[in-house]
Amino acid sequence: MDIFDFSDGREGYYGEYGGVFLPEILHATIEELLVCFRECKADPKFWQDYVSLLQNYSGRPTPITHLENLSRQLGGAQIYVKRDDLNHTGSHKINNVMGQGLLCQRLGKRRVIAETGAGQHGFATATMAAKFGYDCKIYMGAVDIARQRPNVFWMENLGAEVASVEDGQKTLKDAVNACMRDWVTNMADTHYILGTACGPHPFPEMVSWFQSIIGMEAREQILKQAGKLPDRVYACVGGGSNAMGIFQGFFDDDSVELIGCEAGGLGVGSYMHSARLAYDDATVGVAQGYKTYFLQNDEGNMNETHSVAAGLDYIGINPIFSYLWEQGKVRFEAATDSEVKEALKLTMRTEGLIPALESTHAFVMAIKEAPTMAKNEVILINQSGRGDKDIFTIADALDDSKWKSFIAGKADQYRAEKK
Amino acid sequence: MGLQAYIEERKKDRDLLVMAHVVCGYPSFEDNMQELEIMAEAGVDLVELQFPFSEPSADGPLFVKANEQSLKSGTTVDQCFDFMKRASERFPFKILMMGYYNTAFKMGEEVFVNRIKASGGVGYILPDLPVEESSNLHKLSEQAGIEPIILMTPTSSDKRLAILGKASRGMVYVVARKGVTGSKTNMGDDVISLVERCRQHTDVPMGVGFGISCKADMDFLRGTADLAIVGTAALKTWESSGAEGLRVFFAELMA
Ligand SMILES: Cc1ncc(COP(=O)(O)O)c(C=O)c1O
Repeated sequence: MDIFDFSDGREGYYGEYGGVFLPEILHATIEELLVCFRECKADPKFWQDYVSLLQNYSGRPTPITHLENLSRQLGGAQIYVKRDDLNHTGSHKINNVMGQGLLCQRLGKRRVIAETGAGQHGFATATMAAKFGYDCKIYMGAVDIARQRPNVFWMENLGAEVASVEDGQKTLKDAVNACMRDWVTNMADTHYILGTACGPHPFPEMVSWFQSIIGMEAREQILKQAGKLPDRVYACVGGGSNAMGIFQGFFDDDSVELIGCEAGGLGVGSYMHSARLAYDDATVGVAQGYKTYFLQNDEGNMNETHSVAAGLDYIGINPIFSYLWEQGKVRFEAATDSEVKEALKLTMRTEGLIPALESTHAFVMAIKEAPTMAKNEVILINQSGRGDKDIFTIADALDDSKWKSFIAGKADQYRAEKK
Repeated sequence: MGLQAYIEERKKDRDLLVMAHVVCGYPSFEDNMQELEIMAEAGVDLVELQFPFSEPSADGPLFVKANEQSLKSGTTVDQCFDFMKRASERFPFKILMMGYYNTAFKMGEEVFVNRIKASGGVGYILPDLPVEESSNLHKLSEQAGIEPIILMTPTSSDKRLAILGKASRGMVYVVARKGVTGSKTNMGDDVISLVERCRQHTDVPMGVGFGISCKADMDFLRGTADLAIVGTAALKTWESSGAEGLRVFFAELMA
């Protein structure tokens, strides 16, 4: 299956989803990007450079871990985890960022901009910019800055400028708009490093291509370690880049079921969630440069979204997934905030793993379904990131009194220093 | 009379026409109506009514805020069309719908075109809809007798301008500089040569916009452009000095 072969259809379209919906002023820029990307994709040397960069800088290939304790406790399928949390900067975001960093060299641009939600993509971009010597500006919603301060701290210390986005809902989608506004002004020397498989063509294809390294590694590793292909693969879906990454490794294996796990937030009917496909609330629309399912009202204005995981708190979904969902190729489910908290506690206690709140959405679904499967069946979860960045949110969620008194003590100390 | 004929007719008396802009429902429809009265008094030739959208990614800070506030106060598409109808019946200037494509997409392209027509509008500007994606909408527009306004920009190659020129109807919106709406444009030779380049690819009149704020800009554009498009500067004036300020603003601009 090659969803990126557009010879029979419209370039950049997956079924009726995708496309390029941008102001005319960006036409030449997006064309230039497309041409450069096509050259990179056709050049085996580019991919070799990319892989060796990630090996030497980010610790790839990331391993696969068999969760023996959790599997035993649940009494069903054997659960394996692809450890993309072990990347430098702590998530899969660095794969895409290093790829676009190399591509940016070929474009000859010296400045990069990026949106970020959880801050993982911004953190990875700031790291890459420091290494490659690019000027770097990260746009981040004010709400996300408030809940992900540790990543902001690192971005700034890595030399990036972090701009607080104060319009709209002050979250990821508004940071995307802010990037678009920067890009229409500075496109001559600036590349926009979109952090997920959304936005105008070629971003969904390009980001998916860079992330496909996850699935390539994972397929080989699971065959070796489990002795068979997985029966089900679970990945969380914000925009859809880590899920596209791991799923692509199994697109040609019809026996493997692919499950995208969205943010159910406060649950069905709450209208406080980010589940575009798992729930019935989203409809097809055009925004942020592409056509897909959006959480929007009848007039096409976007609804408020919510998730305990900032990185999943987004209105739209990768257009490739809208198509694959309609084709029945990928199943979509949603995990609620409270299920995520429980799954996180369970995973920490039984396995000593701390998945990011985003990744924990995939754990929720796997933990739910594993007991209904046979002991010789195999589950593979993509752990897209690690949870230490979420310490403030998790401490809040767990209502950890010792953490709170530590923070209060720190605050007193800083206040005293100020005087 | 089509938009092009209208512009040519008005240009018999004045060498540079003016297109103004309001964001529907911001600060309120009553304020909008008062703004339009002042624009009509001043002799404004065309007005674009922006339908608010939640993701106005081609707009600068002031219009972003206006879109957001308008939606927050409950502005609907029905109200915008109703306002368009009242305004088109009341004022001599012609009216264009301006907004983002999702507004049209959600109601359906045919409904969109027919509602503009029924509300007395003569065309629309959808800055995030590229020509590649417009063929059905353009066909429907032609049948309904309204005009899709094409944007030409400083980054458009000659090859691209040729494509845009072929699709142009009524008038062209020449974007004077890179960036979003709102900040100042330094009117210079590059603006003149851009308009000249655009004219090589179409015969429709040229409106120049993005950052036009004063009489000096108007004087600069005279002889180059057919229309000056004034957006943010007028809203800024309305916010800072109300009806009287806006009256002075347009009087000076169009003196
Ligand atoms: C650890 C982690 N996983 C997943 C996501 C969601 O993005 P995507 O769906 O593109 O993988 C994010 C986004 O910030 C993230 O930080």
